[in-house]
Amino acid sequence: MDFLNAVVALSNYVVVPAMAYGSQLALGALGVTLIYGILRFSNFAHGDTMAFGTMAVVMVTWAFQAMGVSIAPLPTALLALPFGIAICAALVLGTDRLVYRFYRAQKAKPVILVIVSMGVMFVLNGLVRFIIGVDDQRFGDGARLILSARDFKKMTGLDEGLVIKTSQGLTVLTAVIVVAWLYWFLTHTRSGKSMRAYSDNEDLALLSGINPERVVMITWIIVAALATIAGTLYGLDKSFKPFTYFQLLLPIFAAAIVGGLGSPLGAIAGGFVIAFSEVTVTYAWKKVLVYLLPEGLEPTGLVQLLSTDYKFAVSFVILLIVLLFRPTGLFAGKSV
Amino acid sequence: MNQMSKYRAPFLFGLVAVAILGTGFLQSWNSALLIVNMGLVSAVMALGVNLQWGFAGLFNVGVVGFLALGGLATVLTSMPPVAEAWSAGGLRILAGLALGAATLTLAVITFKHMQKSRTRTAALLVILVGGFFLFRFVFDGGVAAVEAVNPAATGYLGGLGLPVLLAWPMGGVLAAGAAWLIGKTALGLRSDYLAIATLGIAEIIIAVMKNEDWLARGVKNVIGLPRPVPYEVDLQSDPAFVASAANLGIDPVTASTLYVKLGYMALFTVVLLILFWMAQRALHSPWGRMMRAIRDNEVAANAMGKDVTARHLQVFILGSAVCGIAGAMMTTLDGQLTPGSYQPLRYTFLIWVMVIVGGSGNNLGSILGGMLIWFLWVQVEPMGHFLLGLITAGMADGSALKSHLLDSAAHMRLLTMGLILLLVLRFSPRGLIPEE
Repeated sequence: MDFLNAVVALSNYVVVPAMAYGSQLALGALGVTLIYGILRFSNFAHGDTMAFGTMAVVMVTWAFQAMGVSIAPLPTALLALPFGIAICAALVLGTDRLVYRFYRAQKAKPVILVIVSMGVMFVLNGLVRFIIGVDDQRFGDGARLILSARDFKKMTGLDEGLVIKTSQGLTVLTAVIVVAWLYWFLTHTRSGKSMRAYSDNEDLALLSGINPERVVMITWIIVAALATIAGTLYGLDKSFKPFTYFQLLLPIFAAAIVGGLGSPLGAIAGGFVIAFSEVTVTYAWKKVLVYLLPEGLEPTGLVQLLSTDYKFAVSFVILLIVLLFRPTGLFAGKSV
Repeated sequence: MNQMSKYRAPFLFGLVAVAILGTGFLQSWNSALLIVNMGLVSAVMALGVNLQWGFAGLFNVGVVGFLALGGLATVLTSMPPVAEAWSAGGLRILAGLALGAATLTLAVITFKHMQKSRTRTAALLVILVGGFFLFRFVFDGGVAAVEAVNPAATGYLGGLGLPVLLAWPMGGVLAAGAAWLIGKTALGLRSDYLAIATLGIAEIIIAVMKNEDWLARGVKNVIGLPRPVPYEVDLQSDPAFVASAANLGIDPVTASTLYVKLGYMALFTVVLLILFWMAQRALHSPWGRMMRAIRDNEVAANAMGKDVTARHLQVFILGSAVCGIAGAMMTTLDGQLTPGSYQPLRYTFLIWVMVIVGGSGNNLGSILGGMLIWFLWVQVEPMGHFLLGLITAGMADGSALKSHLLDSAAHMRLLTMGLILLLVLRFSPRGLIPEE
């Protein structure tokens, strides 16, 4: 019984939150890694693209809520998601047309594109703050929990409760669907295949008649969709605050690099590696250990390895370790 | 290559001077001097980043971390030591840190001297895990004891109680030490990876400064740092000063604030000129030519027998040290250390805008970029208010859109900085004063 309680406590405080956070990071890292694979630069504006897409979703959600449209028990934001994706795609395509295309035509060095993306980051950051402000915005509605602690305890008769929030369930489910779709798209459609070809060998792809501008356009649309979905799920799970999204840039990049930049599979693996390590290292293990250890040996402290304020530090220590021992990441990424 | 007009740099500097004088005449001389002082500090930061990026092509986006270390150095050098805290747990903290360092060293030695095997992995695990718990056991006790000492006012170990001007070179040394550690591990990485690694390390430095209260009070901030210039109140009660202010026709309060700011300005100008002279000498020396050769073609420079990694490490340390000095100067100017205020957008990416806009690879350009962008950063907000005031003038008072637009004026500066960066990169990619 104690062992089962320990397992439930562990799932409740570590596994479930880390699964949700990992899915959000994985979706974000997929966007970063696709841009790196196709456009060949690290997009510093990705966090702010996520913020912009989420902002669009939030505003459409509010409009729906005002009109009384709802798909309860699911959050209205899901209904607003396609509109948010469309707005975000329009934005990134506009940015590409106005900003990035010029440097692509010049065949500018990747590092110049990174600096350019810094400029885009500033503009998007300012734009989002300008439109929606800097405060926390809550936009989740519908049922809050899939499984409440009380129901779980009644069902199983255990002392520990397991809580699964709707947003967490939705996050994992959506992530699975999106990743499966992306996999199918990249391996089974003409556009997906041409994207992979372009990423593997640009010259050869051009020689075989692939239109680079089309590949780039499709990439940006997919990236906008991934960013908006990741951002919306994160916002539903926690809350929407522009500055948090800028900070998310760090774990997202860590996930993409740990997995291997340019490798979609790696991005997913990296997202979960980062999320699980952040959560386990900053979790206070006392509760689990009290169940597992015999009486008398129970810990007196919280048994928290690091305070939660260091969670970003955790992702970077992992990043550094992976880079030192496997310089191209877990799933051999590329380097331009 | 088109030759740059020799009047270009003086003209641009003249423009910045006119802008600042305009601030003096239209707003107040106090705000003008504030802009100059922070502009000078920004120019030093830009010089540091230019050493790394302009000279050697190193992509360091961890500037804010080195600035924060400079700020930390100011506290550690100039604040008086807290004797009570030292006796409560100072030695225990030092012992804990030594244990932590010893654990890491032992792990590295084991890793290097044992064959790759299961035994090695097991030994490493034992050393790291055991060392970690030992470290936490010794260290946490010391921290708790130190932080319990009068937490409202001190609760930290304090500094060395030395003159605050010494903190500036100390900031450089501290930042250089950190840069050596970082460079040893991260400089082998390619440009994009190095960027992310430095971004993360800066975040770690800030996190440590925010959370380790025993070191510099964390987010409780250290206030009332000693100053290298006199205090306004002292000046105002000094009859000689009041008399000379009256001679100039300024009231003593304004005169004292101006006098203090002019004092800072003189100190900052001296530091900036020394660093600028050194950077210019370095740029035109054989060493500078070698750095640029490495920047432009690493493979060729390597084939010529240049040790690329060692040179990169060298210039990374030098540039970071300059950033550390600038960080110490900034904290001295503020008179307080507030770890919560170190934002990457403001202290890393804005410095990058300064370097790129000024002209990467050109020291004079970096100084210009530092002054100009800082001026804009300060003045865009009032300009935004004015502009939005014009736009919304025709709207009905009390309309939601009007009040929203007016409230949002504060966010104009990020937008403007991004636009400036994008426009410069597009139409004048080598900056306002390009590299010679």
